[in-house]
Amino acid sequence: MAANDAAFIELDAVEKVFTVRRRAGWMRRERHEVRAVDGISFQVPRGEVVGYIGPNGAGKSTTIKMLTGILVPSGGRLRVAGIDPSKERTRLARRMGVVFGQRTTLWWDLPLRDSYALVRRMYRIPDDRYRHNLERCVELLDLAELLEVPVRQLSLGQRMRGDIAAALLHDPDVLYLDEPTIGLDVISKVKVREFLREVNTEQNTTVLLTTHDLTDIEQLCQRVMVIDHGRVMYDGSLAGLHAVGESERTLVVDLERELPPIEGVPGARTVRVDGARQWLAFPAAASAAPIVAAVAAAYPLVDLSVREPDIEDVIAKMYAERSG
Amino acid sequence: MRLYTAVVASSFRRYATYRAATAAGVFTNTVFGFIVAYTYIALWDQRPHLGGYDLAQAMTFVWLGQALLAASALMGGGFQEEFQERIRSGDVAVDLYRPVDLQLWWLAGDVGRAIFQLLGRGIVPMIFGALVFDLALPASPLTWLCFLLAVALGILVSFALRYLVALTAFWLLDGAGANMISVVLSLFFSGMILPLNVFPGALGETANALPWAAILQVPADVLLGEHQGAGLVGAFAFQVGWAIALLAAGRLLQSAATRKVVVQGG
Repeated sequence: MAANDAAFIELDAVEKVFTVRRRAGWMRRERHEVRAVDGISFQVPRGEVVGYIGPNGAGKSTTIKMLTGILVPSGGRLRVAGIDPSKERTRLARRMGVVFGQRTTLWWDLPLRDSYALVRRMYRIPDDRYRHNLERCVELLDLAELLEVPVRQLSLGQRMRGDIAAALLHDPDVLYLDEPTIGLDVISKVKVREFLREVNTEQNTTVLLTTHDLTDIEQLCQRVMVIDHGRVMYDGSLAGLHAVGESERTLVVDLERELPPIEGVPGARTVRVDGARQWLAFPAAASAAPIVAAVAAAYPLVDLSVREPDIEDVIAKMYAERSG
Repeated sequence: MRLYTAVVASSFRRYATYRAATAAGVFTNTVFGFIVAYTYIALWDQRPHLGGYDLAQAMTFVWLGQALLAASALMGGGFQEEFQERIRSGDVAVDLYRPVDLQLWWLAGDVGRAIFQLLGRGIVPMIFGALVFDLALPASPLTWLCFLLAVALGILVSFALRYLVALTAFWLLDGAGANMISVVLSLFFSGMILPLNVFPGALGETANALPWAAILQVPADVLLGEHQGAGLVGAFAFQVGWAIALLAAGRLLQSAATRKVVVQGG
């Protein structure tokens, strides 16, 4: 097992090429190759939480589908817990949990509790284990009121929490989450993140999650991978990503009255002025405190807020750097 | 095995949730039962002993058809549309990463549905029919038991056929065309429109040899006591043979379908 732990998930030059047929005039079809995943290599040690991010169509879902064994790679080598997923899909299925934000594993017409009862049989979860895990999920994901409600009557956030619980009842070694917080309200997001953090710490569950929400990454992931055009563009810490992408945070200040653009604040520059409100950009890695202090010392400050950089902006900037 | 038993039970519960739909179905089956019964009465008045049935047997056939219409999914439905929709939307990916057998999974769900619909939609129309018309129902409990076995085997054949139809969605994406053809074939060749022994010569022989006969014609003849002794064994063998052949074909088509998804993407 020790050898497995360092490279619990292992991809070596993995490729996935789709053949698409396109209309090319009357009755003619052209065959056309799409390289959805174009030579991806990485290793994830056991117990790590990895954010797998990138624009739409970057190859994130294709990678996850290959990791779950639903898709066979066109080339390269792929192992999860030492198992080739597409060859032994069912064996691996018992050890993994999957949540697709856009799809549900629950049964539409059945109360949540009945769906869980089916999951329990499906994964042959021992009784005491099942009771313990269900209790924990119910407590941490706040499901107590929802157990008897048919899934079709649940809100998106409730259903998502229900889905995450369903994916974790059998104590999977690895968890794939595709947009687990998409469309959730702030409270649900916080709950889901807290829960995932706890599962990871307690069970040493390896987690791979795709998201568009930078806060998910900040609060959950030790490591970020940026994928685009089927390649790994960045693999490292979130702070490193900010440095590479030269991303900036924005300090929004409301002054007492309309004033000319703020000047003379070291490390920040004014990017926008709208009446009494001004926007100051500063590097994401820098602290906001000295900038706030400098502004407050020289200007009549009424209110302020700090805006985090958008993940899309960070990535866009990263590309601009590379091609520029 | 306990998983599939649990799936049967939860599927039963799923269908039991929709009480208004069940009541509406019972109402429709009963109304249609009356319409078809009076049509048959006119027919048998002109041609007594048509197909070897007397009027009471013909009436029994009518009400049995209404009672089994939902349970044996003679007009399609059940898991079929749901499965096709999952294929079309890509949700079938969720089914594929589960440690379950796809065909057994859907079969278990369909069995739960059939049991509910046999009880919820079969019994009441049959009672209506028996109250208003003179039916040729057997007195022997053994015949009833044989009949239930024939119904169960018929549902299995019906499932196997519909599973094949549903799988075409992997290639056609939209299942509506295949479903329509399947319903037309099923209504005619099961005997739902007219008992198959009414048809003369080669048409009758062909119709009686096709798998749809196992869904309604065979259970009806078992109930009417048309099959006795070795004939009864032969009738069951006919149903079991088709069930095995079609389920095996379903497995083959299923592995071709999953290979297609797995290699080409959903």
